[in-house]
Amino acid sequence: MREFAVVQTVTTNDTAATNDAAILLADVVVALGGFPALAGVNLTVQRGELVALRGANGTGKSTLLRLCAGLVALSRGSAQVMNVDLASNRAAVRPYVGLLGHRNGLYADLTARENVQLTAQLIGAAGEDVDDALVRLKIDARVAATRTRSLSAGQRRRTALASLVVRRARVWLLDEPHAGLDTAARKELDQILCEATRAGATVIYTTHEVDRADGELPRTVTLAGGVVASDRAATRGAPR
Amino acid sequence: MRQALIIARKDLLIEWRARLLLVRVAPFALLVLVLFAVALDSEPLILRAAAGLVWLAMLFSALMLVQRSFDVETDDGAVDVLLTGTVEPAQVYLGKMLAAFVQLLALAITLVSGAVVLYGATVGADQLVLLVTATLCAAWGLSSVGTLYGAVVANMSGRDSLLALLALPVTAPLLIAASRATEAAFGSQTIDAASGWAWTALLVVFAITFSAAGAAAFGTLMESDT
Repeated sequence: MREFAVVQTVTTNDTAATNDAAILLADVVVALGGFPALAGVNLTVQRGELVALRGANGTGKSTLLRLCAGLVALSRGSAQVMNVDLASNRAAVRPYVGLLGHRNGLYADLTARENVQLTAQLIGAAGEDVDDALVRLKIDARVAATRTRSLSAGQRRRTALASLVVRRARVWLLDEPHAGLDTAARKELDQILCEATRAGATVIYTTHEVDRADGELPRTVTLAGGVVASDRAATRGAPR
Repeated sequence: MRQALIIARKDLLIEWRARLLLVRVAPFALLVLVLFAVALDSEPLILRAAAGLVWLAMLFSALMLVQRSFDVETDDGAVDVLLTGTVEPAQVYLGKMLAAFVQLLALAITLVSGAVVLYGATVGADQLVLLVTATLCAAWGLSSVGTLYGAVVANMSGRDSLLALLALPVTAPLLIAASRATEAAFGSQTIDAASGWAWTALLVVFAITFSAAGAAAFGTLMESDT
């Protein structure tokens, strides 16, 4: 199986590639329906870094991911993702990022393989990339040939992750990617995320997990009330 | 255009498997034709109204198709995946419009055939080109405006009723033009073929306008700040 490779076909604005920060947020405020979901976030994430984002429900974790994906507008402050200024042109960041939200983003009447294949076709990836992604996520032939409406929650999550793998985004934004996965699958997912960062991708994922040993956690940023409450560096034994 | 074709193929494959057009939309549209015939209960009146009834049934059916087309994008958040990637929103719009066009064309053929069978409408060989052209243009216009308004309401609550409320008034020019052109093709005494072609030209203008507007606005419309 081939190693992950970060897509190199994106051609927009690589001039500032010397800046190592993949994500640079300063006093970021995002108001949703008049409510400040993010109320002054300061965060820098280096390229190739793996960051776990924690916090109670409603603290702005998902909003932060959607902001970085260019899907919500910046109300105040400054935000750059892969050197793209989100205040002036947030749509320009989208080719760089892969977002997996609470929902899987799958088409229920397509099979698991067809869903992954669709992503591959849209970015012009080869058919063998689809096979690789399916194997990597341990989606066997039977599951691959099944419409996703008939799959279990865990199988659907794996399919969504396979679509993300095939996209080879430079920044992975994952909203509770471990949800619905069993223990073995969680470890496999951690391994996939580590491989992605080793290949140069930057990964931020949200998590509610509290039962894992601290040594297993990468850099952990905790949000509370729409701001960064704590930022703990990766500890020994962490994936990175 | 390659990405638009991939998205159109995806939409058509989903439709083929879900069979919405075959099982629900087409029977509904044919039922509308039958009920109109029963309600009017007058052969000359039915013949005169045939073209309008066909396109009214098309309009109602198009709403169902468009609604379904956007449900598959929003049900599991697939649209977010499409929009965060290398796919231009305009390509997504064109792809969805193309898929809707194919389905509406199939439905139009069914309904025109239905009008011939149920209402006794006739199409002379010399009017066949007009009928085909007007049908193509009207289906294009309907798919372009339907896809645009589908995007407008995609992230709204109560989108089922909102789509009808917002889209139906806008489609009034299309309804009139398509009905008049089809009426001319049916050999009506009240409108000649030249006028039919003039109405068809209006359909082209309508379709181009909404296709351009849809391609330009689709990305912004599909974004949800929630």
